[in-house]
Amino acid sequence: MEAEPAVASRAVAVGSRRRRPSRRPEYLPGESRRIGYLYVAPAFILYAAFNLFPLGQGINLSFYRWDGITPGTWVGLQNYREFFTDPAIREGYNHVLKLMVFYSFLPIVLGLFLAAVLSRIRIRGLTFFRVLLFLPLVITDVVTSVAWIWMYDVDGPIATALRHIGLGALVPSNGWLGDFNTALPAVGIFGLWGQFGFCLILFLAGVMKIPASLYEAARVDGANAIREFFAVTLPGLRYELQVVLVLSVIGTLGTFDEIYVLTSGGPGTATIVPAYTIWSRLFNLGQVGSAAALGIVLMLIVFAVTFVLNRLLERGAER
Amino acid sequence: MTAACAPGGETQQATAPPAPVTTGVTETEPVTLTVWDQEWGQVSKVWDQLNAEFMQEYPNVTIKRVNRDFGELKALLRLAIAGPKGPDVVEVNQGWPDMGQLVKAGLLLPLDNYAEAYGWTDRVSENVLAVSRWSPDGSQFGTGSLFGYTTFGEIIGVYYNAKKLDQLGLSVPTTFADFESALETAKQAGEVPIQFGNLDAFPGIHEYVVIQDQLESVDYLTDFIFGLQGNDLSFDTPGNTQAATALQDWAEKGYFTPGFGGGGYDDAVANFAKGEGVFMITGNWIVENLGAESSDFGFFVMPPMEAGAPPVSTGGAGFPLSISAGTENPDVAAAYLDWMTSDHAAELLLPTGQIPLSIGTAVPVQEGTVLGDVVGAAAAVSDANGMVPYLDWATPTFYDTTTAAIQELMAMRITPQEFVEQIQADYSNFQSSRS
Repeated sequence: MEAEPAVASRAVAVGSRRRRPSRRPEYLPGESRRIGYLYVAPAFILYAAFNLFPLGQGINLSFYRWDGITPGTWVGLQNYREFFTDPAIREGYNHVLKLMVFYSFLPIVLGLFLAAVLSRIRIRGLTFFRVLLFLPLVITDVVTSVAWIWMYDVDGPIATALRHIGLGALVPSNGWLGDFNTALPAVGIFGLWGQFGFCLILFLAGVMKIPASLYEAARVDGANAIREFFAVTLPGLRYELQVVLVLSVIGTLGTFDEIYVLTSGGPGTATIVPAYTIWSRLFNLGQVGSAAALGIVLMLIVFAVTFVLNRLLERGAER
Repeated sequence: MTAACAPGGETQQATAPPAPVTTGVTETEPVTLTVWDQEWGQVSKVWDQLNAEFMQEYPNVTIKRVNRDFGELKALLRLAIAGPKGPDVVEVNQGWPDMGQLVKAGLLLPLDNYAEAYGWTDRVSENVLAVSRWSPDGSQFGTGSLFGYTTFGEIIGVYYNAKKLDQLGLSVPTTFADFESALETAKQAGEVPIQFGNLDAFPGIHEYVVIQDQLESVDYLTDFIFGLQGNDLSFDTPGNTQAATALQDWAEKGYFTPGFGGGGYDDAVANFAKGEGVFMITGNWIVENLGAESSDFGFFVMPPMEAGAPPVSTGGAGFPLSISAGTENPDVAAAYLDWMTSDHAAELLLPTGQIPLSIGTAVPVQEGTVLGDVVGAAAAVSDANGMVPYLDWATPTFYDTTTAAIQELMAMRITPQEFVEQIQADYSNFQSSRS
């Protein structure tokens, strides 16, 4: 089936090189040719085998109640209904929304601010600082998490330092990770520490590509630092902003490592997140169907959020 | 359509192999026995020795040992045991999500005929066996056929720092009230009464159950945890509420390590071993950390409400060994189970803190050491039929529910009444789903 068009198209290619086409060629450059499918096939087969097939399996599983061994029973949309009725799941999404402040909003604001400042002044040894800020991203989450557990401890360095300057009252009696009110922000600050460097690096790269003439023009027009930021720097960083926003929001929705290592969702359920619930149902409780349904819903939410964010940012750009 | 894409294969209840004519290995052809276990440290070394000795005894048998960590074994076993290259013998965790599901899927052999041939049921008390018993279809826990066997046990109790107890002018308490007043004395003297860290969530269960064990009967607790009476039993009882009240009270009075909510379990054990804290409530597995032969520490079971009442505590069977339904050599596997649970194995494993629960086994322990205390306490509880199964086996989600509720209880975020109601909700949910 694929062999035929392949031969035909080669004949056309050969023919059109020899003489000027007397009639409109069968294919214009850039027009779709069926041979294209052949080129795509190797990648597509791999993609289908390792992504699409498991996805299909996951969708299938999500309609069953299945423990992973014995035959599953068809339950229709029951597992999806749980998503709307189970307060534990709602709580997880609530936590993710709060985490977005730390994983997405604050790193972007801080990153933009620093990028703007750095675009105005020359700093000696900038590469050194960039490496320093980027370092958290290079080290494995699990390793840094263990270090942060110690820092957040009731006898850890932060608590000790606070006590030394007479602010011991600020230390929660169970340490930051053990306190119901501070555990989630504590996880968030850990995330902020990691995300911030990533944002700043991208923004710095973006600032460098903004033509210096734009800044000069703005200054000639009498713009102060704030006007300059909104008129030149921010529009120039549009694409970086889009990348950072989309990646960090998706990353937050899928938060798992730090929760697994730092708090296991505790104390109580104070730091439970959707990905942790999915993992726990799959591996601890053997609720494969329910875990699959929650995974599919999480995927759909990620798609929807990405789509909306991209549309909003592109529309903003056209204006 | 639903049948065509339904996950999971056909299931058939496993049939019990016929009783062997004689015990031991009678097979003379070469046999390879694949064994999956999750032992580590010193215990793992003893296993290697026991395996080597088994192969020496039966030269035609080759043991292929596959050692995995607990989580890995749990995750992979479901996939492997149904396949053609799965293990013949495997260490399986008790409870609904683990052994229960394997029994339901017909993947484990009922061991009743072997138990009779080898006399296993007479070697340990019934409550050690019960946690490996299931109805053949896997719908009933704690009753029915035997699907796993071990003679080793675990026990939760109270460790004490002997020197500190002495300095405070206290002796080992004999009633619950004695223990509470010892806590108060320790607190007044500026000591940490109970060394505790609950960041890992599981230690909280142990603090609660040792109190609960003194306030509810062994029969109620056992039936409740096995779900033998379905929804006729409730967690919302005066005894359970009283236990929650006591635990919350202790937390409020500062009887636990300050900041216990943010402290790790391993750190707590290390701090207790270093001499911080008068008591620590946990299981036999920290004996090695304290130094098995040490007399600086001691161990007792949480004392009863009334002096002289039989000792009761949470504990019982350790990880049992099970035989895969797909094995081609069930008789050899059974001989292996017997070997690994023999008195000889008990003798080798004892110094590692593994507690032999086999009746009538004279274990050479030194009196007055931590190990001696732990072994003695376990034997006393087991002989009095006072072993209570782990609370978190009650439902597949009980571990998550109880650990979270205990954290909230100890942080004064819920009342004891709300605590028992929260846990009861999980229980009734699961019991309803079974019928």
